[in-house]
Amino acid sequence: MALIIADNIRKDYQVGDVVVHALQGVGFEIEPASFVSFVGPSGSGKTTLLNLIGCLDKPTAGTLTVADTDIARLDRKESAAFRGSHLGFIFQDFNLLPVLTVYENIEYPLLMVQNVPPAERKERIERLLDAVGMADQRDKYPDQISGGQKQRVAIARALVTHPALVLADEPTANLDSQTAYAVINLMKRMRDELATTFIFSTHDQKIVGEAEGIFRLEDGSIVAKEMKGGASHE
Amino acid sequence: MNNLFKIAVRNLLRYKRRTLLTASLITIGVVFVLVFTSVTGSFKAMMIGQITDSMLGHLQVHRKGYVASIDNLPLNLNIKPKAYQKLTEALKAAPEIAAFSPRLKFGGMFSNFTETTNIRLNGIYPDREFQTVPLLTSRISDGKKTLSRGEIMIPTLLAKGLKIKVGDTVVVVATNVDGSVNGKQFVVSGILESATGPGGRDGYLHIEDAAEVLRMPEAEISEVAVRLKDFSRLPAAVRHLEGQLAGEVNKEGHPIFEVHSWEQLSPFFNIARMIDVMTFFIKIMLIAIVLISIMNVMIMAVYERIREIGTIAAIGTLPGRILSMFVIEGFCLGVLGAIIGDIVGSAIVLIINVIGIRFDFAQQKGLLLTTTLAPSDLLVISAIVIVVAVLASLQPAFKASRMEPIAALRHV
Ligand SMILES: Nc1ncnc2c1ncn2[C@@H]1O[C@H](COP(=O)(O)OP(=O)(O)OP(=O)(O)O)[C@@H](O)[C@H]1O
Ligand SMILES: [Mg+2]
Repeated sequence: MALIIADNIRKDYQVGDVVVHALQGVGFEIEPASFVSFVGPSGSGKTTLLNLIGCLDKPTAGTLTVADTDIARLDRKESAAFRGSHLGFIFQDFNLLPVLTVYENIEYPLLMVQNVPPAERKERIERLLDAVGMADQRDKYPDQISGGQKQRVAIARALVTHPALVLADEPTANLDSQTAYAVINLMKRMRDELATTFIFSTHDQKIVGEAEGIFRLEDGSIVAKEMKGGASHE
Repeated sequence: MNNLFKIAVRNLLRYKRRTLLTASLITIGVVFVLVFTSVTGSFKAMMIGQITDSMLGHLQVHRKGYVASIDNLPLNLNIKPKAYQKLTEALKAAPEIAAFSPRLKFGGMFSNFTETTNIRLNGIYPDREFQTVPLLTSRISDGKKTLSRGEIMIPTLLAKGLKIKVGDTVVVVATNVDGSVNGKQFVVSGILESATGPGGRDGYLHIEDAAEVLRMPEAEISEVAVRLKDFSRLPAAVRHLEGQLAGEVNKEGHPIFEVHSWEQLSPFFNIARMIDVMTFFIKIMLIAIVLISIMNVMIMAVYERIREIGTIAAIGTLPGRILSMFVIEGFCLGVLGAIIGDIVGSAIVLIINVIGIRFDFAQQKGLLLTTTLAPSDLLVISAIVIVVAVLASLQPAFKASRMEPIAALRHV
């Protein structure tokens, strides 16, 4: 069964007297271990959609099932618990906790969100530190490393809980293009190793090429779906 | 839990100057309260000690109605020998009583053969009196610290006024209960410093001499001063004794005796009460300082860290965790202020003792203030600070825990 099933999702924002239709009937399915991207111009609804999939917001209409869970039914606390156990997040501004070292930032979800015993915790962190190539920077604080390095740490933090799905809203927007490629390729490699689904948004055409599935958004609607290596529709 | 503390401490260290400023504000408050409680508490304890141990005793027993007219020292309200016998038995049976001393009080004329004035006198058994009010001897500024038959101790103001020295012969003249007058010569054996409160300017003589002056075949008793083994158990002792003596009634069925604690006998009790009220308000001020300063920093901390809150909320940190994260930060700040305050406050109290502050109270000059700081005071004040710090951070912490992750992440 698909990891994500979106059926005719709508999302309206009320701004004063005006209703903004950010998403107007979006439907799609995403299989486990996919590496897909939502692309589209500014204001097309990428962030809105990722927030819905990320269980950070609720659709106005339509159903959205993530990992067999109808996310519209979760209350605040259940949503938080769901995010903590099933999802990983990578942010445009990296959003590492400034008071924690590289190692501690990766450790954070295992301590504060899940409750993983120390031995396993250490093992997972070490493995990810190696995988993202940050083992030698482990004791540095976020303000002592570069943007690309920060995003590598953020990837490790998102993966350390073994989520089914990692969401990344414009993960490369604050990086130069060479670093952006490196980060996207790291994500792809992690998908290959761990079979974690990655969904990211971007409006950088060069980066889009790295995705295996591309959903094009315009004015809150999906206008094209491209699947590499075979299936491509509409 | 450890990690919550680690994060809280690191966040506090992140804004070192602000943390230090807030902690010092709390420190100042704690120091102020500690020094104030210590100084006033010690002053109070010392004054109460002076009053109870140098004249009043911890509590007193009189014949019913005596205290109401104590200013006249009424001889007709003395306890008769038979009733005193019963009272003695009751007092001896009470386990909480360390010592008691019967007194025969009367007013009379006092003369050095050239000048005459009024005097209030206590007839006492010297040994028992000194056991019951052990500091009485410390008030003897001149002369010997004992009292024998034929001797009298007089208050210093009287001695000065009449230019009387130790060893001088004086005459005491008094009217007895029938209205006839009698006199007797005494040798001055000691000069007494004044003490604060009723009876602080009385003279002392042997109770058998007093009975002789008043022409009593057997000494009647005006009051019995009682010393307890444990002063802190005073209210219980008063209640117990009242219960014991309630059975002693006269022909009309009214109780014969009345029991008063020092608090009911000395006006200093009101001063002591006022000190307590002041201490209470100072503590309220401390609470206000801690409340405002902690709330202020915590509101600021939450505001500055909205995006961080959004991040940790997005990755699944439960609202309760976020709440405790900020509450623990306030808690740590409170602990920091309390600990520094305790250390500095204790140091200042110690310094006061080393320097040695002297003060005058009414007629008493150059009293040495020895301040003490009970560990329980430190604990109570620290606990107040910490509890208030936690309460003050609750509101900002709650706000942080209720934040919507998307809105918080969008915050710039
Ligand atoms: N909280 C909000 N309140 C009101 N309108 C909103 C809100 N969030 C998004 N919108 C609107 O919804 C539409 C879609 O916004 P969204 O942020 O999803 O676009 P985006 O594709 O992520 O754009 P960008 O590439 O600039 O990040 C826009 O018209 C935006 O103005
Ligand atoms: Mg966006």
